Amino acid sequence: MELIWQGLVEAVRLIATGDPEILQIAWLSVQISGSATLLSLLAGVPAGMALALARFPGRSLCVALVNTGMGLPPVVVGLFVSLFLWRSGPLGFLGFLYTPTAMVVAQFIIAAPIVTGLTIAAMQQLNPRLRLQLLALGASRWQLLWLLMREARLPLLAAVMAGFGGVISEVGASMMVGGNLQGQTRVLTTATVLETSKGNFDLAIALSVILLLLAFSVNYLLTCIQQRGRTP
Amino acid sequence: MRWMRGEKQWWGLGVAVAAGLVLGQLAIPAPVPAAQAVILSTTTSTQDSGLLDVLVPLFQKRTGYTVKAISVGTGQALALAARGEADVCLVHAPDAEKKYVSEGLLLNRRLVMHNDFLIVGPAGDPARIKGLASAADALRRLAEAKITFVSRGDNSGTHQLEKKLWKEAELDPSGAWYLQAGQGMGATLVIAWEKQAYSLTDRGTFLAFKKRVQLVPLVEKDRILLNIYSVLEPDPTKFPRINVAGGKAFADFMVSKEAQDIIRTFGTEKFGEPLFFPDAGKREEAL
Repeated sequence: MELIWQGLVEAVRLIATGDPEILQIAWLSVQISGSATLLSLLAGVPAGMALALARFPGRSLCVALVNTGMGLPPVVVGLFVSLFLWRSGPLGFLGFLYTPTAMVVAQFIIAAPIVTGLTIAAMQQLNPRLRLQLLALGASRWQLLWLLMREARLPLLAAVMAGFGGVISEVGASMMVGGNLQGQTRVLTTATVLETSKGNFDLAIALSVILLLLAFSVNYLLTCIQQRGRTP
Repeated sequence: MRWMRGEKQWWGLGVAVAAGLVLGQLAIPAPVPAAQAVILSTTTSTQDSGLLDVLVPLFQKRTGYTVKAISVGTGQALALAARGEADVCLVHAPDAEKKYVSEGLLLNRRLVMHNDFLIVGPAGDPARIKGLASAADALRRLAEAKITFVSRGDNSGTHQLEKKLWKEAELDPSGAWYLQAGQGMGATLVIAWEKQAYSLTDRGTFLAFKKRVQLVPLVEKDRILLNIYSVLEPDPTKFPRINVAGGKAFADFMVSKEAQDIIRTFGTEKFGEPLFFPDAGKREEAL
């Protein structure tokens, strides 16, 4: 109990004093996971809409693959991204391994199926008649997609939160492709693992608390946006 | 229509946050040019003990290289270097190292430092191994009494030594009493402590976890328990992409007088005794 208390005190101290290393680590976590989430939105929302609205052979297979991908284990992603980015791997010439870019790539692969899957669900829970009505009112194809997206904005924001939550809290892939390099690729989760293995449990607890606060702040912001229309 | 206006503001905020993140991404330090980055694959104990935090910045200052230290188990650290995925490795598994050298994958093995392993267990010592001169005898007693032993089980340097001890004891440990943690040394010690079990640990990690883990040293100073760290470089003729000069510079630095002097006193302040003993230029048999 005393240890947990020490950790909480340490967390407050680190936040209050604005410890530069912790700030750098926290900001890097937000940048990497934020970028990965943004990229996964750019890819996942159109892909999800296409899978939800289009009819083509093999569609069920694609949806099943996306749904499986929603539970993609981060360490598996980390391993395969590492193998591709190794010097001897097919993308080794890029020199991306152990850089933030590699971490964004890995986190994108983790987040994209989550966003895609939840977009499919969001689109499919819309009343199918809405689509017919919009078309009958003369909406163009792009207007139709835009209006459907607006109609599904609440579950789409939930998709953003799930995607971001999935990657900010992930440690396996970040550790493997980032290497947990101080000042370069160390994020809150990998720093927590390191401090735990060093036996600095109070610092590890403090880092966890900061991670939770960070995840909470981002989700609170998104929830505020999401619930905006709910309370007139 | 009021809410419409509000919604637009929120969209604006969202776009601003998105733009900020993308711009921020650009501000992340650009990747270091390959010629200046040295990838060091090493064992967790060099990082967890804090030794790298002292030596790496000094090396960077002296040479202008940037070190990317990847801390993994010694098995993986050696395998990475032997595939040319690292430019130099700092590891502690002499038998495995010599095997890679004899296969021609790694070159120029040089001793850097040593410390020692010890068998730790609960203060009550239910297996009565305290003070035994031979570590293999101690393990044999644990196996015979089927008293819980927590192994790293991760092919790390520590685990490789443990396997060597079992081999010497002519035993193949298995059963409910033999737990394989598959984790780092610190986590393994915590498991051993929670289960009031025995374990094999390096002295550095044991000292670092003294506050959390109140196991006591029971068998130590057997010659086989020496924990010897060496630097090795991958064969540059086999791997076109490695940073040969950078890797060699780091290996040279580790055996330089400056680094060896730091190693000699490192840890004294925090633990009351040094964690490592410098060995540059010595022969393994002379330790």
